[in-house]
Amino acid sequence: MIYRMSAVLLSLVGLFISAYLYLYKLGKIGSLACGTGGCETVQLSPWSSFAGVDVALIGVLGYAGLLALTLAALQPGLSGRRWPATLLAIMAGIGVLFTGYLTYLELFIIHAICRWCVASGFVILAILIVALLDLRRLPRRQDLLSVG
Amino acid sequence: MAATQTGMKRFYSLFAIIAIAGLAVLGYLLTRPATVSIPANVTVQASDTSGFKGYVKGAATAPVEITEYADYQCPFCQTFATLQMPTIEERLINTGRLRWRYRDFPLDQHPFAVLAAHSAACADEQGKYWDQHRRIYEGQGEWAAAGNATPIFRKYAGAAGVDLGRYDACMRAGKFAGRIQADKNAGVALGVSSTPTLLVNGRLYRGRFDSDAITKLVDSLARSSTK
Repeated sequence: MIYRMSAVLLSLVGLFISAYLYLYKLGKIGSLACGTGGCETVQLSPWSSFAGVDVALIGVLGYAGLLALTLAALQPGLSGRRWPATLLAIMAGIGVLFTGYLTYLELFIIHAICRWCVASGFVILAILIVALLDLRRLPRRQDLLSVG
Repeated sequence: MAATQTGMKRFYSLFAIIAIAGLAVLGYLLTRPATVSIPANVTVQASDTSGFKGYVKGAATAPVEITEYADYQCPFCQTFATLQMPTIEERLINTGRLRWRYRDFPLDQHPFAVLAAHSAACADEQGKYWDQHRRIYEGQGEWAAAGNATPIFRKYAGAAGVDLGRYDACMRAGKFAGRIQADKNAGVALGVSSTPTLLVNGRLYRGRFDSDAITKLVDSLARSSTK
């Protein structure tokens, strides 16, 4: 259960980070708290949108989805089931790949690093790790059948 | 089971604390006042533009025109203006191969972006636009971090040789607020959403933002226009 609780809290933190960046992108909160200034360079660059959608909005929607899933996975009816952890690992895996692509853009195309994006990267990576640990903890379907 | 219930209670308490703290921070950020002296998001009147479509440098006969939509407080625009533009100017604009049009696209995120654009517009009134433009970009690190950028822009205007009496009157009147807004509206209508955005011969540019890439592009377009 500790893994799923951790995933809930991490998703919540990720949601706030991406909401902060999205509100900045919308021009609602003035400047970003970012020591290097790299956050603004990244957030206002032409690569701050993906397929016409703001990357920060993709983050908000992604973390909101993860939060909903992890909260549901805590409920008694689902706590012993394997599929929520599988789905969480898939979603977090996609998030890690997307973060990798964004980090590549920051390092080699934009030449600036956004600390909040790095923080979000660590959060999504941590979610993937706890999802995999949760999966390891739960028996596979065939294992259950063989025991039965 | 009791231990589990206690654990869940602790967990939900922690969840609530993080949620409330996060919402409180976002709420504070949303409600704190922004610093803008020149009015932004004004309604544009026809008299505001009088046919003005950006600041132009380069020959009218140049085969290629690039329009840049930019924001003085945007760090990426600053890098482009200070590192790439001198080469583009030397290689392409001064040799008659390219005409450059600069249009303002101040983003709401930047409290001094409209003020900077207005300062440059007031310098333009006295024929000192590009000098003030360069000084504002070069000094971005100084004024972007300041509590009040107004005296810093005034200092640049003085160094550029602008008559400060006329400059002050222009700034106080917010004379070019409508014109700056008209530039931004034109950008929005074209699909501009970030800065800098380039339009090459009227089309949105999706390539790299360095002088080598732009030189190749201009050469290629110039060749095709002469065929």
